[in-house]
Amino acid sequence: MPDLLLELFSEEIPARMQAKAADDLRRMVTDKLVAEGLVYEGAKAFATPRRLALTVHGIPARQPDLKEERRGPRVGGPEPAIQGFLKATGLASLSEAKIQSDKKGDFYIALIEKPGRAAIDVIAEILPVIIRTFPWPKSMRWGERSAKPGSLNWVRPLHAITATFGLETEEPDVVKFSVDGIETGETTYGHRFLAPAAINVRRFEDYEAKLLDAKVVLDAERRKDSILTDAKQLAFAQGFELVEDQNLLDEVAGLVEWPVVLMGSFDQEFLSIPAEVIRATIRNNQKCFVVSDPKTGKLASKFILIANIEATDGGKAIVSGNERVIRARLSDAKFFYETDLKTKLEDRLPKFEQIVFHEKLGTQGERIKRIERLAAEIAPLVGADVAKAKRAAHLAKADLLTEVVGEFPEVQGLMGKYYALAQGEDTSVAAACEEHYKPQGPADRVPTDSVSVAVALADKLDTLAGFWAIDEKPTGSKDPYALRRAALGVIRLIAENALRLSLLKAAASALAGLSVKPTDTQKIPNDLLAFFADRLKVQLREQGARHDLVDAVFALGGQDDLLMIVRRVEALGKFLDSDDGKNLLAGTKRAGNILSIEEKKDKRTFDGAPDAALYSLTEEKALAKAIGEVKAEASAAVAKEDFAAAMSAMAKLRPPVDAFFDKVRVNDEDPKVRENRLKLLNEIRSATRAVADFSKIQD
Amino acid sequence: MDASLPAHMRPDRSFQGLILALQRYWADYGCVILQPYDMEVGAGTFHPATTLRALGPKPWNAAYVQPSRRPKDGRYGENPNRLQHYYQFQVILKPSPPDLQELYLRSLAAIGIDSAVHDIRFVEDDWESPTLGAWGLGWECWCDGMEVSQFTYFQQVAGVECAPVAGELTYGLERLACYLQGVDRIMDLNFNGREGDQKVTYRDVFFQAEQEYSRHNFEYADTAMLFEQFKMAEEACKKYLAAGWREGGNRKQHLMALPAYDQCIKASHVFNLLDARGVISVTERQSYIFRVRELAKACGEAWVHTEAGGVA
Repeated sequence: MPDLLLELFSEEIPARMQAKAADDLRRMVTDKLVAEGLVYEGAKAFATPRRLALTVHGIPARQPDLKEERRGPRVGGPEPAIQGFLKATGLASLSEAKIQSDKKGDFYIALIEKPGRAAIDVIAEILPVIIRTFPWPKSMRWGERSAKPGSLNWVRPLHAITATFGLETEEPDVVKFSVDGIETGETTYGHRFLAPAAINVRRFEDYEAKLLDAKVVLDAERRKDSILTDAKQLAFAQGFELVEDQNLLDEVAGLVEWPVVLMGSFDQEFLSIPAEVIRATIRNNQKCFVVSDPKTGKLASKFILIANIEATDGGKAIVSGNERVIRARLSDAKFFYETDLKTKLEDRLPKFEQIVFHEKLGTQGERIKRIERLAAEIAPLVGADVAKAKRAAHLAKADLLTEVVGEFPEVQGLMGKYYALAQGEDTSVAAACEEHYKPQGPADRVPTDSVSVAVALADKLDTLAGFWAIDEKPTGSKDPYALRRAALGVIRLIAENALRLSLLKAAASALAGLSVKPTDTQKIPNDLLAFFADRLKVQLREQGARHDLVDAVFALGGQDDLLMIVRRVEALGKFLDSDDGKNLLAGTKRAGNILSIEEKKDKRTFDGAPDAALYSLTEEKALAKAIGEVKAEASAAVAKEDFAAAMSAMAKLRPPVDAFFDKVRVNDEDPKVRENRLKLLNEIRSATRAVADFSKIQD
Repeated sequence: MDASLPAHMRPDRSFQGLILALQRYWADYGCVILQPYDMEVGAGTFHPATTLRALGPKPWNAAYVQPSRRPKDGRYGENPNRLQHYYQFQVILKPSPPDLQELYLRSLAAIGIDSAVHDIRFVEDDWESPTLGAWGLGWECWCDGMEVSQFTYFQQVAGVECAPVAGELTYGLERLACYLQGVDRIMDLNFNGREGDQKVTYRDVFFQAEQEYSRHNFEYADTAMLFEQFKMAEEACKKYLAAGWREGGNRKQHLMALPAYDQCIKASHVFNLLDARGVISVTERQSYIFRVRELAKACGEAWVHTEAGGVA
C-alpha cells in the first residue's frame, strides 16, 4: 500500500514548540485519514528547527465504496415531501427509488452509492486545511500576501511544502495542492550553512537519508542521543563529568540540525560565585552545559556548547566567541553577587512596602509581617524556636530584591540562604530562607528543620487564607496562584513531619491577620478544611490509596488534625482489607439500608438506646453486649490515638453482627420488638462511627 | 568584506567602519539611507521611519543609525557592556522580502562574519513594545553564543495591524563592534580606526557623557519639571491629533500625524527618565505606559489617514 511523505519547510521554529508541533501534525493528519475511511498502518512525525515532517505508511490507494439506503416518505405522501426526498438523494424521479413495506406501510427507499475516491485526491483536500488551521501557540503573517485578509498564518514564514504519495516500488506522485501561493513539490533544502542546496526527494527513506547527507539529522531523539554521548565523552576525556540537564538537552536539540559538541573554559576566579548561579547563567543565557570534577563533585571552570556547524577552523572561533560571552555574563553575575553581599537582607525590606502582592491583599511588606506573626504562632506547635522562626520569616523574602534573583528568578530562596549565611544568620534561619518555598510539587523534598517547617506552613497558610478571603479560589483547570500546590504542601509538611496542628485554628488565625475582612469569616476555615480534604484525596488517589476513606473520616465531623486523619485513614484501609473489615462493612451497610427503608416507611428515626428487657433472642443479647464493649474499647483506643487498636476492637463486632443477621428477623410482628431491633441496628451504625462513617465507604 | 579598505573604513578595525559597511550594504540593496531622528528615543523602532512607515500599504525600505537612550541602563561608564546611550543600526523592509534571512546573513558576511567558521543561530524571541502598542515574532540572532541582532516580523504597530507585514532588523552596534575588534569593554573600542596619536576610542568620545548623564538620570534630573513635561507632551499630542483631522472628499484625512507623534516620543523619553529617577511606583508605572501607548495608537490611527500611510 502507498506511503505519504509530508514536509513543511520554514524559517526557524522555536525549540519549545517543535515536539508538540510534530505530534499535532501526526495526530491531525492520521485522524483525518481515518475519518475519510483511509486506515493506515503506521505514522511518525519529526521536527527540526526548520522543518516539520511526517511519514504515514500503508494507506489504501482508494477509499472504500459507500452504499447507503435512505428511507423517504410514504408512497403517496405529500408532494413537497417527495420533492424534498428526490432533491436530498439526487434521484431524478421516483422510478429510481425502491419501495419497501413494513408494518406502517409502503415507503420509498433511495439507494445511494458513493464510490470511494483515490486516496491522493482525498489527501490533497485534507492537508491544506490542516496547514491553515494548525494549532501553533503563536503564529504570524509575512511578506506581500500579508496585505490581504485571509493570508496564511504560520509559526514563522513557510517556504516550501513537499508532499509525495505512492508505492514503495514505484515513482511516487506529488500530492498537488497549494497554500497561500506555496505549491507542493518534491524539493527540500539541506543544512542552512553546510549544505544549502535544493534536494529532490521521493519518499521517506530517501528523504531521511538525503537529509543526513545534507547535514540534517531529522529525528530529534537522534540529535539528543548524539549530543549527550558526545558531551559525556568530551567531558570524560578531559577528566570531567557532564552535569546532565534534560530540559536543556531538549531545548538545544531544537536549536540545531547538525549538532557539534565543543568545550570551552572560563576563568577560575568565577568559581567563587555560587555554583547554582554559574549554572543558571551558562544555561539560561548561553544554553550551554556545565561540567563537574568527579572527585569533588564541584563545578569545573569548563562548559560544553552545542554548535550547529562543522566549522572550517575546527570550532576555534566558535569556542572563543562563546568564551567571551560567558566571561561577560559571569562577570555580570559576579558583580551582582558581590553587590548583593554589600546590603544586609533586612535593609532591603522597606522596599517591599511599595510592592503590591495583590491588589486586595496589600503589599509584600504587609504579607511578610503576617507571615512573621503566623510563623511565631506555629513555631511552638512544630517544635521550632519562636525567635528563629520570626527571624527567618522576616528575612525569607528579602532575596527577591537582590540583583542575582532579579536576573535569575529560579534561584530565589537559594540566594536568600547564601546571603543569610554570609551575614552570619543562624543556620536554621538561613535554611528556612530557601526551604520555606518547599515542597513545590509532589516530587519536591519536604523540609524537616522545624524553623523551615514553621515558615513554610505560615507562608502557605497566609496565601490560602488570603485568596479564600477575597474569593479567588481555584476553579477547574484555573489555579493562577498555585493554591492547590500550597494546600498539598501543607498536607505533606504536616504528614511527613508527623505534626499535630488544628487546621481550623491555624486557618482562623491566618484569616484574622488579614486586613481584608471577608463577610463570612466563620465559614472560610471550614471551606478551607474541605479544600484540604479534597487535596488529600487527590494525593491518596495518586498514590493508589483509597481516597473514599478520607470522606468516611471527614464525615465524622470535627476532624481538622491532618496527621490524625491520615493515620485513621491508613488504619481503616488496613482493616477493610481484612475479612473482618469487609464483613463488618457489609453488615453495617446492611443495617444502614434496612434502617433507611424503615425510617422512610415510619417517617421517624430510631435513635435512642434499645430496651434490654425487649431482647428475646440470644443473638440480640450478644450483639447488644458486643456493641457496648466495642464502643467503649474503640473510643478508648481512639482517645489514645491508637487507631490500629480501635480497628481490632471493631473486628470483635463482626461475629455478633453476622449472627444477628443470620438468626434475627428485624421486622417482628410485635411493633415494640421491631422498634427495639431497629434501634439496635442504629447502634451498630453509631458504634462504627467511633472510627469512621462507614456509609461513605465505597464497596 | 573588502580587504582593500583602509582601517578607518573597515568594520573590524573601527566603530565607524562598521556603520559605514552596514550602510553601504543596505544602500546596495536599495534602502533609503536615513539619518538618526533628531529626538531622544529608547530604540531605533521609535524613529517615525519605522513606527509610522511600518503602517499602511506602501512599500518602504530604509536603513539608519539611531542613537538610543535608556536612562536606567546608565552605569557611570563603569560597566563593560551597559550604557545609557548607545547606537542601533536599524533596517526596515516593507513588505518583508521572502529572502530576508538570506539578506541578513549576507549583511553579516559584509561586516566580516563568515558563516563557515561562526555559529549563527536564530533563537526564538517574541518582540513586544507595550509603550508602542506593537508586537511581532522573530528571533534573537546569535553569533557564537552572542546576541548580535534582533529580527522581527512586525504584526502590529501603534495598535494597527501591519498589512503588509514589515521585517525589522536591529543590529546592536557596540556589541558587534566589540566582537569584530576583539575587545571586552565597549569603552575600549577603536572608533576611528587610526593607531597611535591619531586613535580615537569610544572612551574618548563617550566616557564623560556616560558619567554626566548617569549622574543626571539617577540623581539630578528635575522630576517636577519632568512630570510637567510629560503632561505637556501628552496634551500637545492630543491637541495636534484633534486639530489634524480633515474631511477630504468622502475620505477622512489627517494633516499632522508626524508633529503629534513627536510629542508621543517626547512623553516616552520623559517617562523613561522619571522611571530611572525611581519616582514612579509599580502601579503608576503601568498607567504611564498605558498613557504613552494610547498616544502611540492615536498617532498610528492618524498616520494611516495620511498620504504615506496609504491615503492616495
